[in-house]
Amino acid sequence: MNIIEILHLIHEYKEYDENETETETVRAIDDVTLSIEEGSFVTILGHNGSGKSTLAKHVNALLLPTGGTVMLCGQDTLKTEELWTLRKNAGMVFQNPDNQIIASVVEEDVAFGPENLGVPTEKLEKRVEQALERVGMTAFRMNSPNRLSGGQKQRIAIAGMLAMKPKCILMDEPTAMLDPVGRREVIQTVHELNKQEGITILLITHYMEEAVDADRVIVMDGGRLIMDGTPKEVFSRVEELKACHMTVPQVTELAYELKKEGLDLPDGILTTEEFAEALWNLH
Amino acid sequence: MELTLKNVSFSYNPDAKEPKYAVKDVSFTIRDGEFCALIGHTGSGKSTLVQFLNGLMEPTSGEVLFNGENIFGKKYPLKTLRQKVGLVFQYPEHQLFEETILKDICFGPKNMGLPKEEQLTRARHAMELVGLPESYEEKSPFELSGGEKRRVAIAGVLAMSPECLILDEPTAGLDPAGRDDILGTVRELSDQEGIAVVLVSHSMEDVAVYAERLLVMNSGTLVYDDTPRNVFRHYKELEEIGLSAPQITYVAHALKEKGFDIDDSVMTIAEAKAEILRIFRERNS
Repeated sequence: MNIIEILHLIHEYKEYDENETETETVRAIDDVTLSIEEGSFVTILGHNGSGKSTLAKHVNALLLPTGGTVMLCGQDTLKTEELWTLRKNAGMVFQNPDNQIIASVVEEDVAFGPENLGVPTEKLEKRVEQALERVGMTAFRMNSPNRLSGGQKQRIAIAGMLAMKPKCILMDEPTAMLDPVGRREVIQTVHELNKQEGITILLITHYMEEAVDADRVIVMDGGRLIMDGTPKEVFSRVEELKACHMTVPQVTELAYELKKEGLDLPDGILTTEEFAEALWNLH
Repeated sequence: MELTLKNVSFSYNPDAKEPKYAVKDVSFTIRDGEFCALIGHTGSGKSTLVQFLNGLMEPTSGEVLFNGENIFGKKYPLKTLRQKVGLVFQYPEHQLFEETILKDICFGPKNMGLPKEEQLTRARHAMELVGLPESYEEKSPFELSGGEKRRVAIAGVLAMSPECLILDEPTAGLDPAGRDDILGTVRELSDQEGIAVVLVSHSMEDVAVYAERLLVMNSGTLVYDDTPRNVFRHYKELEEIGLSAPQITYVAHALKEKGFDIDDSVMTIAEAKAEILRIFRERNS
């Protein structure tokens, strides 16, 4: 079943000069059609300004289409009067952990979403407890969020989403500001949620390594969808990716470079082990 | 130029029986044209160190010396120091505010009290240094892409002619091409203009390519101060303190384990490529 159905989506916005006169219309999303299967892990890549975030914001109706339709769990984002129910299904985690935390105690922060949804107190506690446990932050329940590391803060933000029991989590560069360990923590947590709870994940990132374990990789350029496939398929297209300001994981690029020099390596090598194995077979 | 931290420590409760330190007994010197990277997990003390370097924070003990002079000494002109040691904060594009790019970049020189002509000359030179075309002068900084905005912000600091440039994660949130662009520009500033650079980064891949010297912080202390190659030899220790080595270093170790006679200190794609080709060439000959 498809949890997200996007049909011929167009998003335009107008630019104004200092006299508030309209200067031009910018088309940020240009005819995108895309279905996301429930329970899948999808990574969206694309250079700055390619339309990735704009696309993601359409899924939970933070932005509405200029043309075309976006359906989340069968609800049309344009027609729905129940924005709350719709957004409950798709939580969003942003880049800067510090901008997403509002309470002074971890558990209160996690409770904020479900509390606003009107979840009764007895159930609320249970939800907060489960959510914190899910992201491995139970020990910090009574702590102040501002003493946590970046990776821990992002996990709290994710717990806040989980407490609302979403079917889908949209993540807009959640690791951009984190150190290597924080990055690993967050990506691992998200993969676990996907595998164990079946939550659909849409992950926007500029770190190619984070796309390697996805079920599917989508690449955007100029508001259009230009590639769509498994990580292996997409990362085999090194030159095309470079042409649109992207790159591939380091090990993939190394294999590609060696292939150009005449070594008979397969396309789309994604991991260190795979590479070592392939090179050993040649040796 | 010589910027020195001499046994600096910082504590929020220095008078307590057992004070807790954010930075503890750190010493190093940065010289002209050096490209240093400062790495360490969140909360390791990097940001505190960086703020010592241009006098935004004063250590609770130890000295910060600029060309041998204590910057926290009486009557030391901290304002002039901050022009010479320029700090580019994280997400500097949030600090752009003028109507045009040229005006925004002139802000620093204007505050220095320089005559209008000199302000413009400096701003234009700074634009050239970061690769912003002349046609951008009258554009609004808000029309630009993320990478371009960041260039404007860096140009704003460069217009004050700093001798040392400190950049706090200048590539966070940029796409791969934007990352290479900004770091390439910074590298040129260091190579050609002789500006000393301190790059705070979370990307081991980037520091392996661009930095000549790596300063590694953990729990407030400086644990390594060496070339990236020598530091990344300790990849296991780095992992223990929340860091890692570039992916290529792991590739080299995996190949060595397989039985390849490879130099496992390689850390960039170019180095690994050359090394692997050498192995195959030797085998064939």
